[in-house]
Amino acid sequence: MLSGMTAIEARGLRKAYGGHEAVAGIDLAITGGEVFALLGPNGAGKTTTVEILEGHRRRDAGEVRVLGTDPAAAGRAWRARIGIVAQSASDAADLTVGETVRHLAGCYPRPRRAAEVIDLVGLADKTRARVRTLSGGQRRRLDVALGIVGRPEVLFLDEPTTGFDPQARRKFWELVRVLAAEGTTILLTTHYLDEAEALADRLAVIAGGVVVAEGTPATLGGRSAAGVVVSWAGADGPRVEHTDDPTALIGRLAAAGTDLSTLAVTRPSLEDTYLTLIGEAR
Amino acid sequence: MTAATLPSTARTGLRRGGIELLQFVRDRTAMIFSFFFPALLLMLFGTIFSDDYDHPGLGAARVFSASMIAYGIVSTAFITMGVGIAGDREDGTLKRLRGTPVTATAYFLGKLVLVAALTAAEAAALLAVGVFLFDVPVPTDAGRWFTFGWLFALSVVACGLLGIAASALVRSARTAGAVLNAPVVALQFLSGVFIHPITRLPDWMITVASIFPVKWMAQGFRSVFLPDTALGLEAGGAWELGRIALVLCCWCVVGLVLCLVSFRWRERREA
Repeated sequence: MLSGMTAIEARGLRKAYGGHEAVAGIDLAITGGEVFALLGPNGAGKTTTVEILEGHRRRDAGEVRVLGTDPAAAGRAWRARIGIVAQSASDAADLTVGETVRHLAGCYPRPRRAAEVIDLVGLADKTRARVRTLSGGQRRRLDVALGIVGRPEVLFLDEPTTGFDPQARRKFWELVRVLAAEGTTILLTTHYLDEAEALADRLAVIAGGVVVAEGTPATLGGRSAAGVVVSWAGADGPRVEHTDDPTALIGRLAAAGTDLSTLAVTRPSLEDTYLTLIGEAR
Repeated sequence: MTAATLPSTARTGLRRGGIELLQFVRDRTAMIFSFFFPALLLMLFGTIFSDDYDHPGLGAARVFSASMIAYGIVSTAFITMGVGIAGDREDGTLKRLRGTPVTATAYFLGKLVLVAALTAAEAAALLAVGVFLFDVPVPTDAGRWFTFGWLFALSVVACGLLGIAASALVRSARTAGAVLNAPVVALQFLSGVFIHPITRLPDWMITVASIFPVKWMAQGFRSVFLPDTALGLEAGGAWELGRIALVLCCWCVVGLVLCLVSFRWRERREA
């Protein structure tokens, strides 16, 4: 996959279950080599969207291309070029970590070495452990190992760090950065905004089956243009001011000889922006 | 990027077979129940009905040893396949494979390798019980072993395919064993596997049993291991090998069609 080309493209994607339209016209364009995060509350249509892109689910309408191929009609060669880390799996309980990874590696045309992948996800000391004895976080890391053993050009990560402790999440982020640096296109769904902010080049917020905002972590939902909050300890107590031009405000304060030792300039967090976005969508 | 070639479906299927066997031997509960149960039944039946028939050289144990191979194949091929696929659907094995270059054909090939290995071992265990515990004579002429060969292969394929089809009816892996075993055990009685001679059964029962493969499988295995003097105890008064082959081939086709129309990669409640 050459970076710069479109790796994942969806136009007017729709999917209904019964009468309920889970995906109601989603457009996405993800460039090769990009880490793209899909955010949204439970039931927003994230997983349905991802499953259609993975070829796991049929769509009702719309155009989809992943690596130039329609996933609904894709064959083995295409599946060898994608990697999927789905939300929950409890398979291979009686095999060891090493056996599981080696087995799947043998099904791909140009796999990574099993030992290398196991090391990459931090399970080297668990190679000979039965899968059923792994903790939740270790099991998840095995899922990631199985997702990347085929050296995918596009990797789907569906809520990969659910249930991780903070340290395990940091380590997982490092792994995602390694894969991204190798040029892997990554589509990540997550509930954690700090995760999206730490990893994603771009992100989209889905609510009610449609994309309500799209941008970079810094610009999402007009975040960069939204006003900032300037606060400081004034002579008569704490002072807080909303402004679109903090430079001018702080200049005036400094010129007036205000004590600025407690000065704080804050922009709305990604979480504030996100909650505003999904609140509007409801 | 180099256009590395994908491993062939046959090779992937064999790899799947290896991993299926490894998983099976690791799961001791499954092993004991699906594997030793028919052999245990044979020991019990053979001992309880030791000299039931006033037919020279035809002890009950010998008849059961032959007929129970049919039960062994059904319980191993049909149940292992049905329960195994329901389990694979539930624990995410199938979902994972669907996102990889492993095709459905390779997956089923792996299951077939598993089932063929298990049924061969099952038949060997039943024969060992028959030969060593009940002095069942092992046939020496090649013709009988040829019959055993095609009968065994057709039985495994027919039961395996029907097991795949039946897995679609099972709602959860937890209940799969119970749901699939009930009709199997009923059919064994209906088909005269546990009751000999089969002519003791009411006519309508034999008619119903004749629709299903088990009656024919058991009859075929009796033709391999019993002397031709036992022919009179069969429903048709003959071994009917041609008809057995025809019925089993029909069930292979029916099984294949049912598989193709009913197989689901995922759980119904998720779909």
